Amino acid sequence: MSYLAKGLPAPVPAPDGLDAPYWEGTRQHELRVQRCDDCGQHQWGPEWMCHGCHSFDLSWVAIEGTGRIYSWERPYHPVHPALTDQGPYLVVLVEFPQADNLRMLGNMIGDPLQDVIIGSEVEAVFEDHDDAEVPYTLVQWRCV
Amino acid sequence: MSELTIKGKVAVVGVGESTYYKRAQSPEPEFTLVLRAILAAAADAGIDAKSIDGFCSYSNDRNLPARLANALGSPELRFSNMQWGSGGGGAAAAIGNAAAAVTAGYADCVVAFRGLAQGQFGRFGAGPRRATISGQGAYTVPYGVMSPAQTYAMRTTRLMHDHDIDRSTLRAISMAAYHHAQNNPRAVMQGRPLDAETYDASRWIVEPFRLYDVCLENDGAAAVIVMSAERARDVTDRPVYPLAVQQGGGHRSGAGVHNQTDYVTSSFKTVVPHLYAQAGVGPADVDVVQSYENFTGGVVMSLIEHGLCTYENANEVLTFDNLVAPTGSLPLNTSGGNLAECYMHGLGLQIEAIRQIRGDSPNPVAGAKVSLANAGPMVEVVSTAIYGTEEALG
Ligand SMILES: [Zn+2]
Repeated sequence: MSYLAKGLPAPVPAPDGLDAPYWEGTRQHELRVQRCDDCGQHQWGPEWMCHGCHSFDLSWVAIEGTGRIYSWERPYHPVHPALTDQGPYLVVLVEFPQADNLRMLGNMIGDPLQDVIIGSEVEAVFEDHDDAEVPYTLVQWRCV
Repeated sequence: MSELTIKGKVAVVGVGESTYYKRAQSPEPEFTLVLRAILAAAADAGIDAKSIDGFCSYSNDRNLPARLANALGSPELRFSNMQWGSGGGGAAAAIGNAAAAVTAGYADCVVAFRGLAQGQFGRFGAGPRRATISGQGAYTVPYGVMSPAQTYAMRTTRLMHDHDIDRSTLRAISMAAYHHAQNNPRAVMQGRPLDAETYDASRWIVEPFRLYDVCLENDGAAAVIVMSAERARDVTDRPVYPLAVQQGGGHRSGAGVHNQTDYVTSSFKTVVPHLYAQAGVGPADVDVVQSYENFTGGVVMSLIEHGLCTYENANEVLTFDNLVAPTGSLPLNTSGGNLAECYMHGLGLQIEAIRQIRGDSPNPVAGAKVSLANAGPMVEVVSTAIYGTEEALG
């Protein structure tokens, strides 16, 4: 069961290998971000170098799958044929206080017309797409 | 005073457009539209288009300078320039790059242009039709976030939350644009006025944006010709002087997946201090404003960051009555802009700012000496130009 209708482009790791550990992590229901080995700063989206200290030694670390809603939006107008019959859906921007307030996007599980309160605590829900040509797992969110 | 400036050294001598069409309605290819815009700008300047020896554009425009110079039969091509990325955020920057080239002596007569034929080349607002996606898009597209409106609605929600920006403020920006378009024969929305009830009843595109908060998509082309101030006075009796043009973005404005250091921003915070310092004017000197509307929420952020209102008084200042020419205190988007004239990727807004100084705007602000036109908001790299009369050079 996926939040959005099937048929959207499937995520695959970048050809240069940069973010493969992220997608391997979600398959294991683990949320990974980059952290600098030298200065300890978390970083997102994926990059080759730490923007704080210019170290190229970045590791992938698992963070707790919880956060708080930083912002949200509710798309109605479908811009992809797969979403023609979807109706409104909710997208939340979640920030992670445990990882230097990095932010990630996902869908908000539940009634698409529900009220969303900025600052609410949410937890990750791993959405497996095992039947995809290259199986992948998305990270969705629900209120705690 | 520093000599390192374009102020007083260059002037806009001509502006021009192709016919503006609804999306995919152009009967002509994009390249032809660009040629028509350049010829119109040359005719407006009273110069032979063959004398254009430099070309500047932005947003990876497809119409290459070598092909344009070839088509025009220009005896020589001396300057070619592309403002990288960030879509319409490069509109003012392209004119600034043309001005810089003339100031540096790289070329004598440089045109900044943009052409769009979305029927020929596809829409901005459509999501990717492909089986897989990698890179930054892998973190947004599978969640149904793939159009510009879906990218920037998120930022507008947080703006409205943090600063109590009202729905009525977004509505006033949209209604002012449509109001101005009614007097503009170039505007695709001439004859289609917008009232508050229609705005309120319009469908959500992506909440918090309704239909009328979102720019049009159109076919057309536009061009602006820049020469040295000295030569400009020989060819035209109505030169318009760019007082300053500045482009840029703040700390990690280009960070991926909504991780910009400063999220609730039009990206103008670091740009504007340089802009006013170079121009030698401040917000209080600006008589009329063109503020790029990809989305109304971005206009609110832009006007605040240009010092034209504040977070605290935005709801009181940005009202329909204040935003309409000629009577309003802050006349905004006086051609109809990207919402109601034409989505010419912001170059139409630059042209309107120039026309306000010349006095041939469809909604003229009497006695305008200083006009401002920005481009971008919320994208990685934004740009703003300030234009003035000869008197405004000080
Ligand atoms: Zn570091």
